[in-house]
Amino acid sequence: MIITLAKRNLLHEPGRLAVTLVGIAFSVVLIAVQAGLFFGFERMVSVVLDHVSADIIIMPKATENFDDVSVLSGEERYQALGVPGVERVERLVVTGAEWRKPDGGSRSIMLLGSDPRTGTLVPWNIPPSDAKRLTTPGAVIVDTTYADDLGVSREGDVAQIEGRTARVVGFTSGIRSFTTVPYVFTALDQAQTYQGTTGDRVAYLLVSVRPGADVETVLGDLETRIPNARVMTLNDFRTQNFHYWLFTTGAGGALLVGVLIGLLVGCAVVGQTLFATTKDHLPEFATLRALGAPAGLIKKVILWQAAMSGIAGYIVGAALLALVVIGTQATAMSIVVTPGMAAGLFVATIVMCAIAALAAILKVNKIDPATVFAR
Amino acid sequence: MNARIAMEARNVSKTFGQGAREVRALSDVSLQINRGELTLLMGPSGSGKTTLVSILGCILSATSGEIEVAGNPTAALNPEGLAALRRQHLGFIFQSYNLFPTLTATENVLLALKVRGFEGREADRLAANALAEVGLSDKAKAHPGTLSGGQQQRLAIARALAGDPAILLADEPTAALDTENGAAVMRLLAGLAKKGDRAVLAVTHDPRTMRHADRIIEILDGRIVGDSRIVAGAPALVSAEVSAEPAADTQNEKGRLRHAHAGRGRKRRR
Repeated sequence: MIITLAKRNLLHEPGRLAVTLVGIAFSVVLIAVQAGLFFGFERMVSVVLDHVSADIIIMPKATENFDDVSVLSGEERYQALGVPGVERVERLVVTGAEWRKPDGGSRSIMLLGSDPRTGTLVPWNIPPSDAKRLTTPGAVIVDTTYADDLGVSREGDVAQIEGRTARVVGFTSGIRSFTTVPYVFTALDQAQTYQGTTGDRVAYLLVSVRPGADVETVLGDLETRIPNARVMTLNDFRTQNFHYWLFTTGAGGALLVGVLIGLLVGCAVVGQTLFATTKDHLPEFATLRALGAPAGLIKKVILWQAAMSGIAGYIVGAALLALVVIGTQATAMSIVVTPGMAAGLFVATIVMCAIAALAAILKVNKIDPATVFAR
Repeated sequence: MNARIAMEARNVSKTFGQGAREVRALSDVSLQINRGELTLLMGPSGSGKTTLVSILGCILSATSGEIEVAGNPTAALNPEGLAALRRQHLGFIFQSYNLFPTLTATENVLLALKVRGFEGREADRLAANALAEVGLSDKAKAHPGTLSGGQQQRLAIARALAGDPAILLADEPTAALDTENGAAVMRLLAGLAKKGDRAVLAVTHDPRTMRHADRIIEILDGRIVGDSRIVAGAPALVSAEVSAEPAADTQNEKGRLRHAHAGRGRKRRR
C-alpha cells in the first residue's frame, strides 16, 4: 500500500510529475555529459600510453607530459640494458614536426616513431598488415580524423615532414590527440631522420621486465643506475600525464565542476518538486499519523516517491543521453559512457533523489495529527 | 478499570495560549466511555467537544489530568507510543472524511489496515468485510471523488472499523449530510456499537442524532454539564455538573485549535 500511495501521489498531478521527470532527466544528462567528457578527456590524453606495451618508461628529467619533446642524452639505453631483470629496452621518438601538405600549406604534427617489428607501439584501429608497411622508407600512417587537415585522402599520397618525403601507407581511425596536433606514426629510424637525430637520443625508452622479475626492484635499480633520467612505471607516468592535463589546463577541473553543478541542479529540482508534492499531501499524511501510522511509514511513502521519480527520470535521461553519445561519436571530444558509469549514474540519481527528499521528510516530521480535527 | 469501560478521562483540563491570551478549553473533565454503547458528546460551537475528543483520541495532549485508553494510561507515552495506541485501539471518523482521493475505496481501507499491521490476503478479506458492513461492496473500486457525501462518510466508517478497533471516535459525522443520509450513518454507528461491543463516541451538535444514542454527554464552556442515558426513547439523568464560571469563551472551537497549532508552529520556529 505504501508503494501504491506513493505512486498515486505522483500520478495525481501529471504536470508536476512531468516537471520532476524533466528536471531529473536534465540533471542525468548534465552529469553524464560532464562525466562522459571527463572520461573521454582521460582516455584522450592517455591514448598513446594505453597502447604502449612496456612495464617501465625512462624519460628526460624535464618531461612533464607525454607530448613533451625533450630528448634523452643517448647513453641511458645501454645503462638500462645492464640492469638485472630487464628483458628489452625499446626506443620511442615523440617529437613535434612540420608537415607540408601535398597541395601546399603546412601543419604542425606530433611524430611518433617506434620499431614496428617489436610491437611495443604500433598504430591501432588498423589491420596489422597495414601497420607493417611502416618498415618501408618514408612510410607514415595518419588518422582519418586529421586527413583533411593534412591534405591527404588516400594511401600513396605524398607529403613532406621537415623537408623530407613522407608517403601515406595507411589510415587509422579514431586516434585523436587532446592538443589537436595530429599524431603521425612512422618507423623509429625514419622518425630520427625527420628529427635529425641518430642512435639512442629519443624521448622515451620503454623497458620490458623479464617474466618473474619484480618490477619495483627493477625500477629501483634503474633509478640508481640512471640518475640523470626519470624512471617510472608506465601506469605512474599515465597518471602523471593525466594529472598534468587535468590540473594545468583547467579543463578537467571545469568538467568536475560541471558534474557537481549537475548534481546540485538535480537535487534542487527534485527537492523542490517533492517538497511541493508533500506539502500538497500534508493533510493526508496528517490523517495517516492520526490513524496511528508510525512516522517511519510516512517517510517511506516520501522516499518511494523520490525513488520512483529517480527511476523514471533516469530512464528518460538515459534515452536522451544515448542520443547525445551517438551524436558526439564522430567529434573530436567524444562522450564516453561505460556500463560502470551508467550504473554509477543510476545510483547517483537515486541518492540525489533521496537527498532531495530530506526537505519533504523534515516537513512531515512536524506534522501535528491534531490538524485533522482543526479543519 | 471496569471491563465495560473502554476509555476514561480523569480531571482533564486543557488551556491554549499563555498569559492574557490564555484560553481554557476544558476544565476538570471526568468521564467514562463504555463498550457496546453509542455515546453522543453534545454541545454548541466552542464548548470544547472537539478538544475533548482529540484528547480522548490521544491526538492532543491534556494540560492536566489523566487519560486511559483500553486500560492503558497515556501520560507517559511519547508521540510514537500514542500513535501505537491509536492504531491498536482507536478508529477515527472525521467530519470532512479525510479520505485519500488518489486511492480507491478498497485501497483507503487497506491503507488503514496496513497501518494496523494487516497485510496480504487477510487485509483484503478485512477490507472487503468492512466495505460490506457499511454497504459499499459495489463501490470497492470507486475513488472517493466519485462517491456521494453519505457514501464517503460510510467509507470513512469502513476505514475506521477495519481491523476491529475497540473504540470509534466520530467528529460531527452527520454535519455534511442531509437528514436521510445522516440518519443512516447514525443507525450504522449505533449498530457497530452493539454488534461489535465497541465504544462509539460521536461529537455532534445535531439534535437529530439523539434518538440513535444510548447515552448523551453535554458539554458547555469546557465543562460536562449533563450525562443522560436514553431510557425508552427519552433521556434519563445519570449525573450532571454545572459550572458556575464558564471555562471557555464563545470563540469557535476549531478556530481555537487552528490558533493553537499556529502558535505551536511559531513557538517551534522560535
